[in-house]
Amino acid sequence: METPTKLPPSSPSSPTTGFSVPSAEKVDGFPRRSMRRARQRRSHSSSQFRYQSSQVELTPLPLLKDAPVAELHDLFCKKLQQCCVLFDFLDCVADLKGKEIKRAALNELVESVATSRGVLIEPLYPEAIKMISVNIFRTLPPSENPEFDPEEDEPALEASWPHLQLVYEFFLRFLESPDFQPSLAKRYVDQKFVLQLLELFDSEDPREREYLKTILHRVYGKLLGLRAYIRKQINNIFLRFIYETERFNGVAELLEILGSIINGFALPLKSEHKQFLVRVLIPLHTAKSLSIFHAQLAYCVVQFMEKDATVTEHIIRGLLRYWPKTCTQKEVMFLGEIEEILDVIEPSQFIRVQEPLFKQIAACISSPHFQVAERALYFWNNEYILSLIEENCQVILPLVFGTLYRVSKEHWNQTIISLIYNVLKTFMEMNSKLFDDLTASYKVEKQKELKKEKERAELWRSLEDQHERRLQSLAEASRNQKNLQERENTTKSQSETSAANTT
Amino acid sequence: MAGADSDDSLYPIAVLIDELRNEDVQLRLNSIKKLSTIALALGVERTRTELLPFLTDTIYDEDEVLLALAEQLGNFTMLVGGPEYVHCLLPPLESLATVEETVVRDKAVESLRKISHEHSPVDLEVHFEPLVKRLASGDWFTSRTSACGLFSVCYPRVSSTVKAEIRQHFRTLCSDDTPMVRRAAASKLGEFAKVLELEYVKSDIISLFTALASDEQDSVRLLAVEAGVSIATLLPQEDLEALVMPTLRQAAEDKSWRVRYMVADKFSDLQKAVGPEITKNDLVPAFQNLLKDCEAEVRAAAANKVKEFCENLPEDSRETIIMTHILPCVKELVSDTNQHVKSALASVIMGLSTILGKDNTIEHLLPLFLAQLKDECPEVRLNIISNLDCVNEVIGIRQLSQSLLPAIVELAEDAKWRVRLAIIEYMPLLAGQLGVEFFDEKLNSLCMAWLVDHVYAIREAATGNLMKLVEKFGAEWAQNTIVPKVLGMANDPNYLHRMTTLFCINALSEVCGQEITTKHMLPVVFKMSNDQVANVRFNVAKSLQKIGPVLDSNCLQTEVKPVLEKLASDQDMDVKYFAQEAISVLSLA
Repeated sequence: METPTKLPPSSPSSPTTGFSVPSAEKVDGFPRRSMRRARQRRSHSSSQFRYQSSQVELTPLPLLKDAPVAELHDLFCKKLQQCCVLFDFLDCVADLKGKEIKRAALNELVESVATSRGVLIEPLYPEAIKMISVNIFRTLPPSENPEFDPEEDEPALEASWPHLQLVYEFFLRFLESPDFQPSLAKRYVDQKFVLQLLELFDSEDPREREYLKTILHRVYGKLLGLRAYIRKQINNIFLRFIYETERFNGVAELLEILGSIINGFALPLKSEHKQFLVRVLIPLHTAKSLSIFHAQLAYCVVQFMEKDATVTEHIIRGLLRYWPKTCTQKEVMFLGEIEEILDVIEPSQFIRVQEPLFKQIAACISSPHFQVAERALYFWNNEYILSLIEENCQVILPLVFGTLYRVSKEHWNQTIISLIYNVLKTFMEMNSKLFDDLTASYKVEKQKELKKEKERAELWRSLEDQHERRLQSLAEASRNQKNLQERENTTKSQSETSAANTT
Repeated sequence: MAGADSDDSLYPIAVLIDELRNEDVQLRLNSIKKLSTIALALGVERTRTELLPFLTDTIYDEDEVLLALAEQLGNFTMLVGGPEYVHCLLPPLESLATVEETVVRDKAVESLRKISHEHSPVDLEVHFEPLVKRLASGDWFTSRTSACGLFSVCYPRVSSTVKAEIRQHFRTLCSDDTPMVRRAAASKLGEFAKVLELEYVKSDIISLFTALASDEQDSVRLLAVEAGVSIATLLPQEDLEALVMPTLRQAAEDKSWRVRYMVADKFSDLQKAVGPEITKNDLVPAFQNLLKDCEAEVRAAAANKVKEFCENLPEDSRETIIMTHILPCVKELVSDTNQHVKSALASVIMGLSTILGKDNTIEHLLPLFLAQLKDECPEVRLNIISNLDCVNEVIGIRQLSQSLLPAIVELAEDAKWRVRLAIIEYMPLLAGQLGVEFFDEKLNSLCMAWLVDHVYAIREAATGNLMKLVEKFGAEWAQNTIVPKVLGMANDPNYLHRMTTLFCINALSEVCGQEITTKHMLPVVFKMSNDQVANVRFNVAKSLQKIGPVLDSNCLQTEVKPVLEKLASDQDMDVKYFAQEAISVLSLA
């Protein structure tokens, strides 16, 4: 559990090896192969590269470590400016010399910021932020595969990663440096900057999103003035994802950051935060690609509950409202999340939601998909949930009994049947009197249900008959009217006709 | 009690409301979908006083139910007592216009727009416009988004003071804090501009358009492009240059490819909106840039518009512009690295020949057609072939036939059956244009080969193709070239091929006519009724049913009937079933 100000140890590269080890050595062979393929196929950095009007020839500058102290800052600044030159990575052989010079310069900058003190003086801030902006901010290219499925397909990897990674690394070291002064940085890392940073979370490249996650977390931790703005913009990204596009690659990463942000919320929860839970986090469950970020989402939801138990009812009723109707895979995820929630639920809150909740659980138990039924039945293996059920046996048993009884007789899957027998046995031991009563009245209840259904059918039949008759009489009335050539007050006489019909 | 007697008894509203509150969502949904039945049962007055308040109060349900409700209410005017009471429908629709789910909200807005026309001008000001205002100043973005779609329907019919208010509200929403609302406003900007007086278009809309077109989010900017096209159509020519062109020029060079894509996608509309002079000076270079864009998506969208763009160029300079500015770009696109770009181009490039005329087509376009006919991507080749008719009119297809043939043969034998299927579809067109001689010589064998393809869909399409060919070339041609080959397959050792004979006969009997059917096809069908494979036999029964109407009644009675009767006593139950069906359909029993 981390608070927003504490730095998590999840930096994409550990501090000791970060800047000196070339990126390729840190990834295994498989992604590297796919990266090669990606470079051949993709025009991934073109959108950015296009805007570089004339290519500048780079000349190597002296090394930072050899520079006399008096010239150090000046040299640092020159290196930053040198790193503002962008290269075409689609053409692997273009300007290899220039690429190498920039790579070496970036490496030096990273090392210098990470290891030496007193480098980050005020005039360097705008230069550093400018270098970062020029390199990382770009319109992400169209996805090669319009049906990109993050679970199945290989992501498109950023062609200019050899430079981009070092720029991100530099940014991270910059933010983490003991010399870093938020009061100076906030002039350059402003709202516009953050907005562009957030848009980059849509990158298909997971390596880039990993860096962005850590960086945004640092920004959130250090630049207090931007916090509300960051939360609001994340909201907007999520709402757009939920209700407009259903596409955004960085949902999981943003949720991960939010997980720790929620943890740091002050009590009592502000209404802004509750609204975020009810209107953003809960509707996020409707997304088609839920499986990609469900773990992070469930974590956020549980965080909210642990902060303030009174939101429990909103959460459970929200989940029930968005319960998947046709996607069993998602249903299993929902059940998993419900169990996580029940694990930490307060008994007083449980009572408020038990009725609708156990109706849904009963529906899951009767699912023909055995994984759904099985997942629901596993709740009875959870000791805490079992104790809640036992305390409220009088309410819950009647809700689920009919389903258990019926499914125990007709489910196709043997495992489900034996699980149900165990559950029935548990109930019998809990409250044998109630159990016997329910068994005895099962048939009568069934009959009652059938009768009700019949009545409903009858009601609708006669309603529809009447509907027909009324339509006929309305048609007749209008025909009569035409005959009479009474063009005025059409509506009035029509309502009179129908009023006459009702008496 | 309910419905027992013939006169219209009153239902207690509670019973009906119980139905709307049923625990089972599906039942609730069914009830909502029949809401008009309930309303009719209640009568107009109780619908107004009891049903609508209930619906307004209980709007917290599954989105599916809300969607159905929003749709129903759009058609409720008569059920509440006609236009003078239509405003009673506003409260529930207002709530629905604020829910989270976009689909529900959009439907509610659609219904509100619909019933707005049924309001009298007074009701519009007293009831409708205040609702729009409430939505426009709602707390949560959903209601403000919905409001964007309602301004244009009430604006034309309200007083000038209210009009000023409406303009003010729209202005506020265009600079809303949430991008969702700005997107909604941008997407309705063009529509709103259309109902405004020209002076306000110039004073209000232009500044909103300029602001939205330079929004920080590209999703807003791209929506402004479409609005720009609508606005341009509203303005007099002399104002265009100063008021919209700077913004549109900037959009065509936007740093986000999505915005540039939108410009490319709307290019023809834009061209029509700005007129010939601006087209010549501004759009031609912009179009060239889009055709050379660094993102394939943009190039493909622009390539799609090449023909339309050229067609709409001012006549006096059309040819020069195409030859000097457009054609060089098109030439490059023919060898583009992206297949979507090439196939987009291939689907329109043939259309240029009618615009450029015979000589230019032969000199400049033909090499491009030929290059595309040899493209590695089958879709490109298919697109060229599917548009052959345009070229045929200008230079005749003979010019192409040398290159056409290898392309067709290659597609006809493509490893992907969907490609083969696509080329089959164009066969009748090709046959018509190449003529019967060329066809017999070069393509006939292909058409016959498809009949024995190992994919059923291809065999099926091949039979349909034969029918269309006969329609083109006539029965006599069929008798000489196709029928013998088709009938020959009746002796094939593979029962699937024998069945293909039957399918062909089904397709051909009608176009070939009674004589050929009776003389040549029927004996083969009869012979196949003794086939040892049951599937063949029951297809014989099906075929006889199918070709029965072509035959004369004498033949039916004396020849077909005995065969079907024999099949009706077959040992296989499917054969029996289809034989009996044929007997009853042909009324031979």
